[in-house]
Amino acid sequence: MGVQESYPIDVEAIRADFPILDRLVGGDVETPGQGPDDDTPLYYLDNAATSHTPEQVVEAISDYYRGYNANVHRGIHQLSQEASVAYEEAHDTVADFIGAAGREEIVFTKNTTEAENLVAYAWGLTELGPDDSVVLSEMEHHASLVTWQQIAKRTGAEVRYIRVDDDGYLDMDHAAELIDDSTAMVSVVHVSNTLGTVNPVADLADLAHDHDALIFVDGAQSAPTRPVDVEAMDADFFAFSGHKMCGPTGIGALYGKEAILESMQPYLYGGDMIRRVTYEESTWEDLPWKFEAGTPSIAQGIAFAAAVDYMEEIGMDAVQAHEELLAEYAYDRLSEFDGVDIYGPPGDDRGGLVAFNVEGVHAHDLSSIVNDHGVAIRAGDHCTQPLHDKLGIAASARASFYVYNTREEIDELIDAVTDARDLFA
Amino acid sequence: MAHTGPRTPESFYAKVPYLKLLMGMGSDMYRQQILDHYKNPRNHGELEDPTFTHVGENPSCGDTIKIDVRLDDDGETIDYVSFSGDGCAISQASASMLTERLPGTTLGELAEMDRDDVVEMLGVDISPMRIKCAVLAEKVIQDGAKIHEGDLDIDETTTEE
Ligand SMILES: Cc1ncc(COP(=O)(O)O)c(C=O)c1O
Repeated sequence: MGVQESYPIDVEAIRADFPILDRLVGGDVETPGQGPDDDTPLYYLDNAATSHTPEQVVEAISDYYRGYNANVHRGIHQLSQEASVAYEEAHDTVADFIGAAGREEIVFTKNTTEAENLVAYAWGLTELGPDDSVVLSEMEHHASLVTWQQIAKRTGAEVRYIRVDDDGYLDMDHAAELIDDSTAMVSVVHVSNTLGTVNPVADLADLAHDHDALIFVDGAQSAPTRPVDVEAMDADFFAFSGHKMCGPTGIGALYGKEAILESMQPYLYGGDMIRRVTYEESTWEDLPWKFEAGTPSIAQGIAFAAAVDYMEEIGMDAVQAHEELLAEYAYDRLSEFDGVDIYGPPGDDRGGLVAFNVEGVHAHDLSSIVNDHGVAIRAGDHCTQPLHDKLGIAASARASFYVYNTREEIDELIDAVTDARDLFA
Repeated sequence: MAHTGPRTPESFYAKVPYLKLLMGMGSDMYRQQILDHYKNPRNHGELEDPTFTHVGENPSCGDTIKIDVRLDDDGETIDYVSFSGDGCAISQASASMLTERLPGTTLGELAEMDRDDVVEMLGVDISPMRIKCAVLAEKVIQDGAKIHEGDLDIDETTTEE
């Protein structure tokens, strides 16, 4: 089919894996599915917030609960063994996905936010002091910004922010000035969830390492959308969430270099993370279990690996190409309007999302009107309030794309934006 | 593309009945009345001799509202209300409508008002995520009145609980 040939991936086949994409919205809720207004197809363009879940991943969850539900690491019985093996192997799958050496380097967390907090508490609270600096960027998500800001307050460390220039890129000269011998940690977002900027994290890692600092890369928007190799970028830590890459909520991963994770004290204490406990003392389990106290999210962990398999089946190079194609198309189409501000780098140099504002229409009004067309976009500050302050705006609208999105869906967005402009004209 | 898939399950609304009331057709939210008040706000600006003044914001949306209120000589009845601010159409139109509606109301009656009164005044269905925008101005006036009467001690109202 001609249309399909114009995408780097088989969008039609992929869409068939996501029944939710066939649902209707906007109808009369008094009579779900029957009213005359229940006729608006869903155009889901809020994937940077969370992606949808394919049948294969839903099945991984139901297979676990229907077939081998048991606690992990605790039982000799067969179900516990099956669950333990599946849960542990999920760590290997995730490790492979981002180029880590093995499961020792992959701690399952609730999400990216928890991974940031794990390092900030387990490493930051003990390693940081009044003579140290933590270098962030002005485009950090609150997950990293608030966490390091607060840990810095508690330890007396100084927080510095790498400037974002007018085109939405990090000012790398400024980065080279800010990262100095006082710097203990550089924490930067790989792909900005607001600007779409793809940051040169390998160069930032070099800068950090030149000054014996560590680098934490927030991969919440990058791991789902492009090939990632933590060893090639030389990240000391890397974090991402399952729910933004076709996985379930409640599961994410922290990658850490083995030697660094080894040197860190646990973040949570309890069962499953200990080796030997007496009334006086405790010793810790091997990596990564030392950082996974208590019963983990077993089904979600196993399904996370199923999501990785799903993404790898499509191919991360192809996923990236598809993301870029849609981002550029959306950027170009939005640029056709007068009075639409688009934030971040040009259309041909960004991740798969576009944040924008329409003159005279508040982002929340825009999002509500667009919703009437069945188009789901995000409106607000996208957890980057300081960046919005810097841009001089209270909020923006954001369309973000994933493997099942098409140009036609972006055309629907454009029609809806046209409608909003007319309404407010 | 076939669109024969699932819809919002009825069981969802059974658990949260109020959502069912609120989730009307969204386009209703922008009926002419709302857009008119947004584009041509009534009583917009600041009073020279307000009895009390109060400000508030909706942090997640960035809506801000400042309200000036002048009371009658009885110290009880609202004589005049003006507002200024910045934000979405729902928050600003709601403030504009309140400035028309409140004169003649007593502070006691004002304190009795709740979100249903605002929704009724707006005359449209407000989706659940937008309720905070709709009630901001009402909360700012109510808090301002409480501060004036010495029953509350805050600098600013926010709609975040
Ligand atoms: C860049 C970035 N970092 C961190 C997060 C936080 O992810 P989560 O909410 O899954 O912890 C997000 C997503 O919300 C994000 O886009």
